[in-house]
Amino acid sequence: MSVRPATFKWVWVSDVRRGLVKRGSLWGFAILGASLLAVALTATASGGEQETSRVPLPHPEIANPGKCVADTEYMRKHHMDVLLRHRDETVHEGIRTKRYSLTNCIDCHASRKNNSVLGTKENFCQACHSYAAVKVDCFECHSSKPEATAGAVFHPIVPSGAKAGPASADQGLALSMQQHMRNGLAATANKNPGGESR
Amino acid sequence: MSEVNTSRRQFLGWGTAAMAGLAIAPGVTLIDLAHGKPDDQPVSSKVRWGMLIDANQCHSGCSDCVTACNKENGLSGGTGPDDSQWIRKMDLKDTHSGRVMSLPMMCQHCGNPPCTDVCPTGASFKRADGIVLVDRHICIGCRYCMMACPYKARSFVAHPVTDQKPGRPRGIGTVEACTMCVERVDAGLKPACVDACAAAGHEAIIFGDLNDPNSDISKRIAEYTTKQVRADLGLDTGVRYQGV
Ligand code: SF4
Repeated sequence: MSVRPATFKWVWVSDVRRGLVKRGSLWGFAILGASLLAVALTATASGGEQETSRVPLPHPEIANPGKCVADTEYMRKHHMDVLLRHRDETVHEGIRTKRYSLTNCIDCHASRKNNSVLGTKENFCQACHSYAAVKVDCFECHSSKPEATAGAVFHPIVPSGAKAGPASADQGLALSMQQHMRNGLAATANKNPGGESR
Repeated sequence: MSEVNTSRRQFLGWGTAAMAGLAIAPGVTLIDLAHGKPDDQPVSSKVRWGMLIDANQCHSGCSDCVTACNKENGLSGGTGPDDSQWIRKMDLKDTHSGRVMSLPMMCQHCGNPPCTDVCPTGASFKRADGIVLVDRHICIGCRYCMMACPYKARSFVAHPVTDQKPGRPRGIGTVEACTMCVERVDAGLKPACVDACAAAGHEAIIFGDLNDPNSDISKRIAEYTTKQVRADLGLDTGVRYQGV
């Protein structure tokens, strides 16, 4: 019906951004809170997770240690940025890489106790967010539970510089986990041996 | 030396272009059939996803497509004014002949969607491959799109939602509708309703690429008379009907 100008895509992109800017103040607070949190956590980390001061610190349960898609320091500071970016790419462009996908984060970080990233002050997301009093909006719509994985805990992304185990073993593990995920996800068998997802 | 390099580069450039040209056609077909597009690639307007619903095959008593949709997307299955319905079964009766036909109605995934025209935030949008969606991160719940939609395809979530299905987010204060099971389509599967209808032995819904003349759906549309509901509106719907 309507004739789109050639620059429609850009108009549209700016529309999307505008939608986000409306929440700018909220994000500002979120980022401030997260930075404070990052400082607090960095202090703990360098103190070898020991509470050397009388300040109580959050104790998130790490279900699968040492396997994150990026450095802990980076994720503490920037997880909201990478999630936001990935969210727009996924919803609008259909890019469904596993790295930085919220579903993937939840699959790996859900507690072994209650199968969720929320629930108690030890659950991965809730631990720090309640500590820093930063409201986490994701779970008003998104499930806080992993996709049905029949109890198998896996992580499709293991960075090449991961510390746990030799690199080759890691890669094999990553591939088998990927396979596992695909089998669970799609009935069509996906034979893609070199297929490292981003 | 630099001259040599230049021509060599150019040669390589041509080579790559030629290779790409060769690889694209069979490569794309292969990918489409086996497992959708690669995860890291954006969707492309080369594809236009659509559905063809054959009312002659659709059974009046059957609502397997609706059940499958509810299960796939974590909907309650209620049909009250506050319940989300992404797909509805309807029986239409010709008052003269008394002939009853049955068909499912859902978002028609218009080529020119009125919902995106009226949306003040850009939350209603059409993906490059023709799937019309609501970005519920941006939706403010104004419901203009529900007013604009001639097919009554969209639902407003008025109450808090808990226990969503993982990977199928839904939440209060936003508008939602049939997504053509976009997550499944991106993974190379068919929408849940299509599979359910086939499983029930009716095969009344065909899903495929309207831009590909060799797809089942395009062949059927080329061979039989099919209709767009409210074709007079010129919306270029992605969902077509046969036998109505
Ligand atoms: S309800 Fe949401 S998607 Fe619909 S017009 Fe309003 S902002 Fe756009």
